[in-house]
Amino acid sequence: MSGFMEQLRAFWVEFRESGIAVAALFVIALILVLALLAPVIAPQDPYDLTGLSLRDARRPPGHVGSAGYMHLLGTDAQGRDLFSAILYGLRISIQMGLAAGLAALLLGASVGLAAAYFGGRFETFAMRIVDLQLSFPAILLALILVALLGQGKAQLIAALVAAQYAYFARTAYGAAKAERRKDYIEAAVATPLSDKRILFRHLLPNCMPPLIVVATVQIANSIALEATLSFLGLGLPVTEPSLGMLISNGFQYMMSGRYWISVYPGVALIILIVAINLVGDQIRDQFNPRLRR
Amino acid sequence: MSECFLRLERVSKRFEPRLSLGDRIAARLGATVETRSVHAVDEVSLAVARGETLGLVGESGCGKSTLGRIAAGIIAPSQGEVTLDGEPVMSEGRKRSTRIQMVFQDPFASLDPRMRVGEIIAEGPLYHGLVPAVGARSYVARWMERVGLHAEQAERFPHQFSGGQRQRIAVARALAMQPDVLVCDEPVASLDVSIQAQIINLFLELRRDLAITCIFISHDLSVVRHLADRIAVMYLGRIVEIGPRDVLYEQPEHPYARALLDSVPRLVTRTGTRVEFRTIAGEIPSPLEPPAGCRFNPRCPFASADCRIRPPGLMARHVGGGEVACYHPLGEDGQPLRECVG
Repeated sequence: MSGFMEQLRAFWVEFRESGIAVAALFVIALILVLALLAPVIAPQDPYDLTGLSLRDARRPPGHVGSAGYMHLLGTDAQGRDLFSAILYGLRISIQMGLAAGLAALLLGASVGLAAAYFGGRFETFAMRIVDLQLSFPAILLALILVALLGQGKAQLIAALVAAQYAYFARTAYGAAKAERRKDYIEAAVATPLSDKRILFRHLLPNCMPPLIVVATVQIANSIALEATLSFLGLGLPVTEPSLGMLISNGFQYMMSGRYWISVYPGVALIILIVAINLVGDQIRDQFNPRLRR
Repeated sequence: MSECFLRLERVSKRFEPRLSLGDRIAARLGATVETRSVHAVDEVSLAVARGETLGLVGESGCGKSTLGRIAAGIIAPSQGEVTLDGEPVMSEGRKRSTRIQMVFQDPFASLDPRMRVGEIIAEGPLYHGLVPAVGARSYVARWMERVGLHAEQAERFPHQFSGGQRQRIAVARALAMQPDVLVCDEPVASLDVSIQAQIINLFLELRRDLAITCIFISHDLSVVRHLADRIAVMYLGRIVEIGPRDVLYEQPEHPYARALLDSVPRLVTRTGTRVEFRTIAGEIPSPLEPPAGCRFNPRCPFASADCRIRPPGLMARHVGGGEVACYHPLGEDGQPLRECVG
């Protein structure tokens, strides 16, 4: 696949021209490393309830706790070291975002491609459902599903996928509908090749650019949606706090001057989402033929 | 026709408008919704002999590309059947035969931009087991050289080639399937004139060496004259005249065929006098509402009452063989042989 590497290199050369996008990519890489190495870096395991002490609860940033190390970003109401909790929370957010984003990509792209390629009743039926779903807020659907399915990682991913696959389906459908009419697909029909081969070897690869763009944006959206659900208390169990739950837990102390419990997880979430969106924007611009030089 | 190799048996293609749910409701409520279908091809029968090249000419929108795609098995006809050597090209709505292949007009659209040239050429033959995986590379190299490309270019992507080279790749892809029939849909129309000549020469060479049967679709009458043994002239989904090349070019009997040939810009006529070229009066009618009777009657200077009521079928031409669908076939002087009535 040296051709693919060539394309990737050309892509990178163009990507490098945008300083902001490179910085954002660097931030994402840094967050990924921090999240991956959380057990090594974090001074405390926030999931180990026995390691928490209420004597250390709600301490401001820089406080040296009973365990003998400094709480860089302070502690929350349960006495968790916030820096550790944020690292673990990022881990969960990225996990959820990637898993839900990729699953939604797989499901949505399959629906969209099949609808565009086979047409007929399936096309009408599938795309009407997609339109219906796009016409009301994703968060509402996710809320209903989480309420029905209950708490847990798998349930949360299912809710996120159900709320987001429609965007991928629309994008894949539009791209495939345009590609379907091109002569190279007719040439494949004339050979003749099987539907499966035409779909996966010809149609899908040529529909990838818009899907990649939507995927970056939707991964950021999944992370935000997961945080929203957790903030509302419908996300993961309280014992494994994600960023949204940390923000929610600290919210009641905002007005009493203990801002750090909410603000620092919020800042971490914002940095992650903004960085992904900046990279997504750059990828979108590079795939847009109208902006090509 | 002594031997009928490729046969199109009364094939028709209608494109029905697909009504959305909204349109159907609107139609129920009495709104005017477009429900007319387009008759792109209307009961066309054709027979092509083994090794023959049939030229298919006509204006844009006359259905020649649709007819070519039906022949190649890309579009299923609404009615009728295409058979090759007695076997149907399509069955159960799918193309089964690999013996008929197609070359498209636009070589920038007909090659998958994400595949290497070698993969593009080898895909069909490998899929259908015409060549073992180990022999694919040399097989591709052979066909690339056959169409005038270098074998080492197989690693490149289509966008690294010029239009003429891409068309060669498209020809190699079609030929690598070892077809008996090649349907060429305006294969030189989107190329520069100098490149056109090269590709036409390639077709002439291939036809000589491979004895391939060919349907060559073009609106360029001079290109078709170069390549075809027989010519079929189409107008609004029907064949109006068909016959041996030279006869048809020298003495077209259908008023439309004559007008089409006369509309080719020339500096001198056959008799040597300078002329301005004539255009055909009027516009090609909408295929949504084709005129009753002979479809050329609104534009035909010789149309009679008969022409407006009953469509003429194909009848033997008066001179030189072939068939013409006209009640008032023209003589050498460009005037009807029989008196016009009505």
